[in-house]
Amino acid sequence: MAQAYTPGLKVTNRLSHRMRRVLPIAGEVKASVGDRVQARDVVAETFMPGDITPVNLSNTLSLPPADVLECMLISEGERVEIGQSLARTKGIFGLFKSEYKSKAAGTVESISNVTGQLIIRGKPLPVQVRAFLAGEVVEVIPNEGVVIEAEVSYVQGIFGIGGETYGSVRMACQQHTDELKADLIKPDMEDCVIVGGARMTGDAVRRAIEVGAAAVISGGMDDQDLRDILGYDLGVAITGSEQIGITLVITEGFGEIAMAKRTFELFSSREAADAAVNGATQIRAGVMRPEIVIPLSEEEKAREVEPEHTAGLLEVGAAVRIIRDPYFGQIGKVAGLPAELTVLNSESMARILEVECESGERVAVPRANVEMIEV
Amino acid sequence: MTKLNPDNINVILATDCGSTTTKAILIEKVDGHYRQTFRGEAPTTVEEPAADVTIGVVNAVTEVGELAGRRLVDDDGHIIRPTSNGDGCDIYISTSSAGGGLQMMVAGVVREMTAASAKRAALGAGAIVMDVIASNDRRLPHQQIQRIRELRPDMILVSGGTDGGNATKVVEIAELIAPAKPQPRFGSEYRMPLIYAGNKDAAPLVEKVFDDSVELSVVPNLRPVLERENLGPARDAIHDLFLEHVMAHAPGYNKLIEWTDAPIMPTPGAVGNILQTIAERQGINAVGVDIGGATTDVFSVFNGTFNRTVSANLGMSYSISNVCAEAAMPNILRWVHIDMDERELRNRVKNKMIRPTTIPQTLDALVFEQAIAREALRLAYKQHKEFATTLKGVQQQRTVGDTFSQELGGQTIVDNMQLDLLVGSGGVLSHAPRMQQTAAMLIDAFQPEGITMLAKDSIFMMPHLGVLSQVHPQAALEVFERDCLVYLGTCIAPKGAGKSGKPCLSYQISGGSLNESGELAFGDLKLFPLAPEETASVTLEPSRGFDVGAGAGKPLTADVKGGTVGLILDGRGRPLAPPTNAAECREAVTSWIGELDLYP
Repeated sequence: MAQAYTPGLKVTNRLSHRMRRVLPIAGEVKASVGDRVQARDVVAETFMPGDITPVNLSNTLSLPPADVLECMLISEGERVEIGQSLARTKGIFGLFKSEYKSKAAGTVESISNVTGQLIIRGKPLPVQVRAFLAGEVVEVIPNEGVVIEAEVSYVQGIFGIGGETYGSVRMACQQHTDELKADLIKPDMEDCVIVGGARMTGDAVRRAIEVGAAAVISGGMDDQDLRDILGYDLGVAITGSEQIGITLVITEGFGEIAMAKRTFELFSSREAADAAVNGATQIRAGVMRPEIVIPLSEEEKAREVEPEHTAGLLEVGAAVRIIRDPYFGQIGKVAGLPAELTVLNSESMARILEVECESGERVAVPRANVEMIEV
Repeated sequence: MTKLNPDNINVILATDCGSTTTKAILIEKVDGHYRQTFRGEAPTTVEEPAADVTIGVVNAVTEVGELAGRRLVDDDGHIIRPTSNGDGCDIYISTSSAGGGLQMMVAGVVREMTAASAKRAALGAGAIVMDVIASNDRRLPHQQIQRIRELRPDMILVSGGTDGGNATKVVEIAELIAPAKPQPRFGSEYRMPLIYAGNKDAAPLVEKVFDDSVELSVVPNLRPVLERENLGPARDAIHDLFLEHVMAHAPGYNKLIEWTDAPIMPTPGAVGNILQTIAERQGINAVGVDIGGATTDVFSVFNGTFNRTVSANLGMSYSISNVCAEAAMPNILRWVHIDMDERELRNRVKNKMIRPTTIPQTLDALVFEQAIAREALRLAYKQHKEFATTLKGVQQQRTVGDTFSQELGGQTIVDNMQLDLLVGSGGVLSHAPRMQQTAAMLIDAFQPEGITMLAKDSIFMMPHLGVLSQVHPQAALEVFERDCLVYLGTCIAPKGAGKSGKPCLSYQISGGSLNESGELAFGDLKLFPLAPEETASVTLEPSRGFDVGAGAGKPLTADVKGGTVGLILDGRGRPLAPPTNAAECREAVTSWIGELDLYP
């Protein structure tokens, strides 16, 4: 292989972050270069063509399609209201006329003399894009949206559900290894982004929904709890559109796993700051991870810049996390990188590395089963 | 693209640009025969930051070049052609499934007839079918329109009506699609390609319905009469539009299209090609499966009829969680012989989904993953059987003799008793530490009946050979037969059900290193070593109610080929149903594992 690498997730205290915020179809951009925008500001807006109601007048009025046009009381392009008569048959000697009254409001888009089908297009549907990242507009993409830039603390999670939401950061756990239980969720956490430590329990999530929290972030969660919360077994990791009244982000994985200490400390240092959270995850081509963006205040920006942490190459001494059983979740340093293929307990042949875990234990794991982490 | 005399082609370079990995192989003429000699791979570079597929291609090709001691890429990063002084290649070809492959929406008038034919055409061309819209798909028109608006396919195929038949219904379908204004997946820089392959009389009316927002191509009807499909023109149009529109908008593909000496094909379309060619040449019925991380493709050729299905959400990494959701945990755990905690397993499955590149390190992780693979394959094959049917809506002439066999149209043409060759490919099958594990997964999931050869695609070379068969069929066939398949052996499985422990088959085996005879009890498995180059003659006498291919209770003599696993006698009955009682199931599975020596 040309280059083997293990992509990690970004967790950084300070980052000059740019985000493209664009509409799915062309529309109007509501901000200009140089504007300062807040997370909830609408930066672009458009109207999608409205919903369509097809009506087969030929069937409804028992007419041959070719005769539909002459029975129409309205023409293409006209506006119609619910209950308005749209078509009336001639009847027999002027008697026994049948009529069709509209069940939808909108504009008549087309009347077909081939199928006798009438198409009514409803009111245009507004589509808005909010800034999400509070900062400065640095570029306007005409008819599409904007690029916003800001100095932020930035955390990528591994998996999330629910869409974009906003709130101030509230720490619910004392330690990164503490489980986030229901009794740690207080009523004054309404509209907050609650940060836990290790696994978030199902009860804690239900309690957070009850108090009206915006989001819950923690190290892990049980799949069984996720299923109970969603009401179904999540099959494919394409999320973001769930409507469960809250956005959830796990930073490490499923099961009993503590949030990385550095991530926990980052959240602690930004307690009470406004955060924007997006749980949308897509683990396919064009991978998308959930993200938490916390803009820095002017005062924080003035502080000395801490050197950027980067996940470097896989080499002896590099910090890694094991991401598969039997050592799932353990953190350590690479202690050896034997070049030759090794037979695993499963009898598979794989290139391995040796990891010296935080506990002092030295274990051998396949290279595919670790990810580089920033320390 | 240059035209070369096939006789002058000695070195062939082929790549397959997958979603995650670009695989390159080198085929060379050795002692007058084409052989696959070297292979290399590199991460695919369609996504940011590289966003140019040719970088991954050059990396993979460079690796092949280094292994072969042959310079294949020049200093400007171009593939050297033709060969000179031991460098370069004579032709370069490629397939692609990067960026999620070709995604299509299809529409037809009647779901079981023209819509099913349209789906077959799209699948046969190598597409993933995102949805099928039909007049009778049980959705209301506004729901259909909503669905069309939500989808962002690469192209749309519309069919409906037989030539000269009713035009109204297919125009109605067009009238639903046109105002929905479907958007193409790769942004708004090009118009949505739409192929019309329905009633030819309705073509001018359909043309009128669509405005300039779509790129309409009209091709001959794919179901000109109810009794016959004509899928070729629609498939060709799909391939052309795939190149012209979809690929041309994917990063770097413009360059790649210029490099290749034959049109780039969607990967599954190429696999279908080679399987069809082989089945035709050898006069056999064959099934091929490719189980990937996100999808499982099943290909079949029965009596010359080719079918392909893609189970879009059955796979071993990205889609592993969906396999568990669809199959349900008890069905997966019935293949497991060791204690496992369900809560822990559920978390493991999700962790594999969110970090798809990990591999099983422990034995129990491997056992569990192979159990999931059995269920993913079983579900994919079930979907395939439901899809690969005789044409529906065909009028049938019946005689008095048919009174008791009222066969309807729409019966599956997949007949496991007629199956001669079952080929598996994809990570979990190709990389299983023991060959017996691959054989066992194939048998448990596909449940072949009678006598069936089992093989695996050694390094997933079928896509390369599929596109090669278009330009140099002889080279493709030679490599397929010599290097592509690893023969695992033959499975003999009597069809029927009986009482556990009672004999279901008497057998005599002679040939190779074998001279065996005996009885096979219902519920048992037996493995006899028979090397890849060996063949044996078997005489089989099934018990009453059991069938090995000659009819219930009728004896059969045949020659069978060996393989890396050998000859497997499977007396577990068909359909295969492990005991429902958990303890009995565990006991049975443990004995099967022991007999086949599946795990340490």
